[in-house]
Amino acid sequence: MGLLSLCIWAPICFGVLLLVLGRDAHANSVRWMALVGSLFSLGASLAVLNRFVLGTADMQLVENISWIERFNVFYHLGVDGISVAFVVLTAFITVIVVIAGWEVITERVNQYMGAFLVLSGVMTGVFCALDGMLFYVFFEATLIPMYLIIGVWGGPNKIYAAFKFFLYTLLGSLLMLIALIYLYSSSGGSFDLQEWYKLPLSGFVQTMLFFAFFAAFAVKVPMWPVHTWLPDVHVEAPTGGSAVLAAIMLKLGAYGFLRFSLPILPDASHQWAWLMIALSITAVVYVGLVAIVQQDMKKLVAYSSVAHMGFVTLGFFIFNDLGMSGGIVQMVAHGFVSAAMFLCIGVLYDRVHSRQISSYGGVANTAPKFVAFAVLFAMANSGLPGTAGFVGEWMVILATVKFNFVLGLLAATALILGAAYSLWMVKRVYFGPIANDDVRSLKDINSREFLVLALLAISVLVMGIDPKPLTDVMGPSVANLLEQVSHSKVPNL
Amino acid sequence: MTESFNWALIYPEILLLIMACFISLADLSIDSLKSPTRTLTYVLSLMTLGAVAVIAAFNAQSTEVVFGFNNMVVFDPLGNWLKCFASIAMMATFVYGRPYCADRGMLRGGEYFILSLFAMLGMFVMISSNNFLLIYLGLELTTLASYALVALRRDNGIATEAAIKYFVLGAMASGFLLYGMSMLYGATGSLDITNVFKAIMTGQIKHQVLVLGVVFVVCGLAFKLGAVPFHMWVPDVYQGAPTSVTLLIAGAPKLAAFAIAIRLLVDGLMPLALEWQQMLMVLSICSLLVGNFAAIMQTNLKRMLAYSTISHMGFMLIGIFSGVVESNTAGAANAYSSSMFYITTYVLTTLATFGVIMLLSREGFESEEIADLAGLNERSPLYAGVMTICLFSLAGVPPLVGFYAKLSVLQSLIASGLPGGIGIAIFAVAMSLIGAFYYLRVIKVMYFDAPITASAVTATLDVRLVLSLNAGVVLILGLLPQGLMSLCSDAILHSLGN
Repeated sequence: MGLLSLCIWAPICFGVLLLVLGRDAHANSVRWMALVGSLFSLGASLAVLNRFVLGTADMQLVENISWIERFNVFYHLGVDGISVAFVVLTAFITVIVVIAGWEVITERVNQYMGAFLVLSGVMTGVFCALDGMLFYVFFEATLIPMYLIIGVWGGPNKIYAAFKFFLYTLLGSLLMLIALIYLYSSSGGSFDLQEWYKLPLSGFVQTMLFFAFFAAFAVKVPMWPVHTWLPDVHVEAPTGGSAVLAAIMLKLGAYGFLRFSLPILPDASHQWAWLMIALSITAVVYVGLVAIVQQDMKKLVAYSSVAHMGFVTLGFFIFNDLGMSGGIVQMVAHGFVSAAMFLCIGVLYDRVHSRQISSYGGVANTAPKFVAFAVLFAMANSGLPGTAGFVGEWMVILATVKFNFVLGLLAATALILGAAYSLWMVKRVYFGPIANDDVRSLKDINSREFLVLALLAISVLVMGIDPKPLTDVMGPSVANLLEQVSHSKVPNL
Repeated sequence: MTESFNWALIYPEILLLIMACFISLADLSIDSLKSPTRTLTYVLSLMTLGAVAVIAAFNAQSTEVVFGFNNMVVFDPLGNWLKCFASIAMMATFVYGRPYCADRGMLRGGEYFILSLFAMLGMFVMISSNNFLLIYLGLELTTLASYALVALRRDNGIATEAAIKYFVLGAMASGFLLYGMSMLYGATGSLDITNVFKAIMTGQIKHQVLVLGVVFVVCGLAFKLGAVPFHMWVPDVYQGAPTSVTLLIAGAPKLAAFAIAIRLLVDGLMPLALEWQQMLMVLSICSLLVGNFAAIMQTNLKRMLAYSTISHMGFMLIGIFSGVVESNTAGAANAYSSSMFYITTYVLTTLATFGVIMLLSREGFESEEIADLAGLNERSPLYAGVMTICLFSLAGVPPLVGFYAKLSVLQSLIASGLPGGIGIAIFAVAMSLIGAFYYLRVIKVMYFDAPITASAVTATLDVRLVLSLNAGVVLILGLLPQGLMSLCSDAILHSLGN
């Protein structure tokens, strides 16, 4: 079994083991077991990183065996510079989530931990799959554990949120399924992505396929105006669920654009780039404004996620090296920052049981250690230089200015808006006089929470100060992708 | 290859007949008070079905098609595999159904098992017949036994009502089928499917008569499959019948119905494909539409599953009608085998679903409302897990087997290049999104709602074992569907190859 298979199946096996054997009667061993499982897969993903060879755009660590002969589906895995970062990110966030849920989850611990481990393996599968059908199976399979996580451990309106999440994303992906079957037929019976990259397609067909993929990926990203599920779901999901959702699941959509829409449909991508750019700018500006007025902290972070993901898609569709790298850097950065933001809200929610900004005030007086972290992450969220949040945004803004000055200007407002909603929330929640007795009796973070937040803080700072290793890893793959996108695939008549 | 009296072709049927008679005698020796669950009858029935399944599976290894008894009987891998699957489905039905029946006084006599065995015999006859009359005889044997089974709780008003409905509508459907067959007989002068095919191929037979015959045959088949607009009986019978009998109707007979659909339409009436394809297309679209929308509104779990069955039949029909396009049979094997895969996995999943429902029904309590499943995850994570796997599979969510079933029928539809094929595919996909909603609702009730009773769910060892195995197979087939897929396509290829 290859290393990538290990990254996918190790957490799934641990997760299934927990589901089958775990009982609340021995919850502690369940937790340790989950931690071992997640650390094991983190180790495996670091081994992938270690074996990864820089300076080439080829797929690496490839595994390719026949899976469903009838449809010519292959169990075809591989990573390139674009996906390898996400394999590690997924494993890392899973470790964080397992530790973060340690004391918070007291009921059905095995199912909680099991669901996250299975989810982690399945999401890793999405990033590694090089076969269209394999990708789809992994992509869809993420819905099942997430649906249960939201529904079982979520907030008061969890059922609505779970349904909205499932049906919204299922609708998008079913259209993608039709597109996949169409590509399968027109490529003469192959689900191989690399075959599809070479497949000539007429302009009309490309446009149809582009929108089919768009339905799946734009909902997942989520792009304005199909983002409405995200705030609802984030608000109701448990802390760990929100963290995984924001940090990784949203990336599945953006990653889909990179793997499918751009290289398979280069002409349609160029043709509809204006639309994608318009939607992205709207997300950045309009949703940024929406974020400012939120009363609910989780909702605020959810809207800020939409705005940040707008940067990602903006970077992709201006078709230059800086923009695309910036988009991917932003994906990784947002993975750390949004997870951290949600975990911070989780810390407060566990103590006060409110997500409303108005229930807080002056937290810094009673929980200084916590606030130090929280402010750092809020700064990173607003794009402060030296933090991870800055790098990607900056790259995308530079690239956009090169592309079109007015668009660049609009995109740059994100830095102001980001500062506005993040810092205003910081001011109202963390600073000022102590607002009420709940805050007065607030305990500062314990060593477990300290560990979680510290790990994330280190990641955010390291990535902010020295993003070069990341851009080095992705460089050749991004260049290769841009090369692919620049060639028309419309057959000459 | 034709032999007049080749008894080897019908060993499973002979064994089944002899054992059904023997078991009905042996059952007389059981003292209902001493053995309230009729262990002897149960074990003998299981052994018989097991033996039959093994023989059928063994027979299916031979890839040749043999006709026997003056062309009355056909022996091919398709039929043998379907017999094997049907026997296994019936065994699972017995295992799940016995405690349920025992709790409701349905095992005071051994009728449940014996009638089921005769129904099974009827299905075998349907599956392996190559003659209109024999198909009809098999069908009647199955349905007559089923009518009696539905009415097995004779002191129960709802069950009796269901039995009457089933009987009246079923008899009408048989009438349709018979009428259609008689027209075809009148036009072609033969009841033998092979000869009918040859006669139509000559092109000298009046088209109108043939088409009229096909209309009635398709109507009869649609009744038996429960496709819209001939579906009225399905929800009432599913809901009214004792759950153990519902499963009996929902499980194995679907395989037999698939077999006669293939025998009649593909083996016999292939030259009229253009006609029956259009009809099946309409039936399929209506079934998808009505089945899914009506299922949303149900609060009764059995009734919801009935409507979901209707929609699944719609999906299955897609495979059958996308086989031949403008007399080009290149994609036929692919399309029919996707239907076979669909129906097989559908039966497999349905078995476990009803298994859980019966498990939750206790003496004097029918667990048939969706609300009765509330909080199942807290009462028994295992059975909640089994049910979840099955429902996600029925909804067609990967990586469960139901997804590949839907994928293969849709793929064969798109590959067929039928006019409007992509439109139908998109429609089917949209309908399965609606389908996902009502399955999700059941999962929601099991996982997110608080239980109404804290009582633990208990099950005998055999039920627990088979149920876990059943769900395990659904899961494993989801990860590795290749085996069953190639089995189906080989069976279809070898059986329809000539």
